[in-house]
Amino acid sequence: MTPEKLKLASHVVAINWNRIEDEKDVEVWNRLCNNFWLPEKVPLSNDIQSWATLTPEEQLLTMRVFTGLTLLDTLQGTVGAVSLIPDAITPHEEAVYTNIAFMESVHAKSYSSIFSTLCSTKEIDEAFRWSVENVNLQKKAQIVESYYYGDDPLKRKIASTLLESFLFYSGFYLPMYWSSRAKLTNTADLIRLIIRDEAVHGYYIGYKYQKGLEGLSEERKAELKDYTFELMYELYENEVQYTHDLYDSVGLAEDVKKFLHYNANKALMNLGYEAMFPAAVTDVNPAILSALSPNADENHDFFSGSGSSYVIGKAVNTEDDDWDF
Amino acid sequence: MTPSSVAATSATSLEIGPSTSSQLIYFSSISENTHRFVKKLGVEAARLPVYTRDETLLAKAPFVLVLPTYGGDSGHGAVPKQVIKFLNVAQNRTLIRGVIGAGNTNFGETYCLAGDIISVKCQVPHLYRFELMGTSEDVDRVHEGLEEFWTRLSLNQTQQ
Repeated sequence: MTPEKLKLASHVVAINWNRIEDEKDVEVWNRLCNNFWLPEKVPLSNDIQSWATLTPEEQLLTMRVFTGLTLLDTLQGTVGAVSLIPDAITPHEEAVYTNIAFMESVHAKSYSSIFSTLCSTKEIDEAFRWSVENVNLQKKAQIVESYYYGDDPLKRKIASTLLESFLFYSGFYLPMYWSSRAKLTNTADLIRLIIRDEAVHGYYIGYKYQKGLEGLSEERKAELKDYTFELMYELYENEVQYTHDLYDSVGLAEDVKKFLHYNANKALMNLGYEAMFPAAVTDVNPAILSALSPNADENHDFFSGSGSSYVIGKAVNTEDDDWDF
Repeated sequence: MTPSSVAATSATSLEIGPSTSSQLIYFSSISENTHRFVKKLGVEAARLPVYTRDETLLAKAPFVLVLPTYGGDSGHGAVPKQVIKFLNVAQNRTLIRGVIGAGNTNFGETYCLAGDIISVKCQVPHLYRFELMGTSEDVDRVHEGLEEFWTRLSLNQTQQ
């Protein structure tokens, strides 16, 4: 990490929300505000009994995973999202980054809520010590951080999108796994809120990256595309090591890797690039996928169905005021 | 929208704009994810206007609608306003045959919710769901699936 000072926005104008240059800024600001939540609203203490059913190895794994996620959220809240502000194109974009930065700090704090509910102070301190000492976890934070301190604003957005949309998922896998086995279900509810937020963050930063590409020379576009895939490979290699560090003890590493591939593809798509990993290695365990989203399984694919009949989707609450018919 | 797919016929009301005979009509915001997916399908398609203030399209032939859902809390406002405007035109509702949803599984229960809502409202099947701009597998499956779907529909029609 370079000990240089972060650049601040050089010129600030009073933000006028009544004059919008990019509708996406308002849409995403509203979305983030509607999605706002705090860990205190999730009844984590209902997981105390469930926590006691985990083996000591499973508890240790869970705590390590959460300290790893805490590190990434801290990095993104304290440096990542803030580093994007000086290069924002619109004042509203700056405001969205401050929203993202704060929410990352909420995420980071929410892991501490989980810890204080489920674990002893000694265990918590040991897990945080592990997070400082684990080579691969530190390396992933350092790789991203080096670009946050670098001088290329578009590369910062690439690194930021890969963090939001790819690097979290070796960790997010575990609470989804527990949830699919009806364990730590309240903790999983909280993690799902984080997962939802990260999707909006990755989408928005990736969108701003693509806006930044507009009008650039083909050479520069090609350079940035190559850079994206190089950084993805570098992070991926490290992610695989990190996944083995964590999950070999419980035999889940191969299953986690499929989830990594699946999310790497989504991270690339957020940046406007085609998916990199073929379907053969992105076949995420259906239990994990349905823990993530109940509508994501194959049963919802009409084209794969053999019969001519179909099931209309489950009843949903719609805002009837919106519709004239 | 491609110029060929939308004929500049006279509007039937102030709210309704050009008509289209495309079998695929889609909405995509300025992030262009759904637009990219439709382009990869390589079939003729008509794009609904991005902004709600613009006049909507009038469908002239049966079509499948492709639309995204962005993450929302409890699904409030999941269907984009421009799509509501389009489906508020009775003729468009009588011609819709199916819906394809785009989204992100990170949004949990609201993944592709707009597609579910339209499926229920218009009593048509939610044919397929894909994420963001779709993978090449998604493109292949939708391409084949749609061909089969239209063939089946026309067979059913001939039998009746």
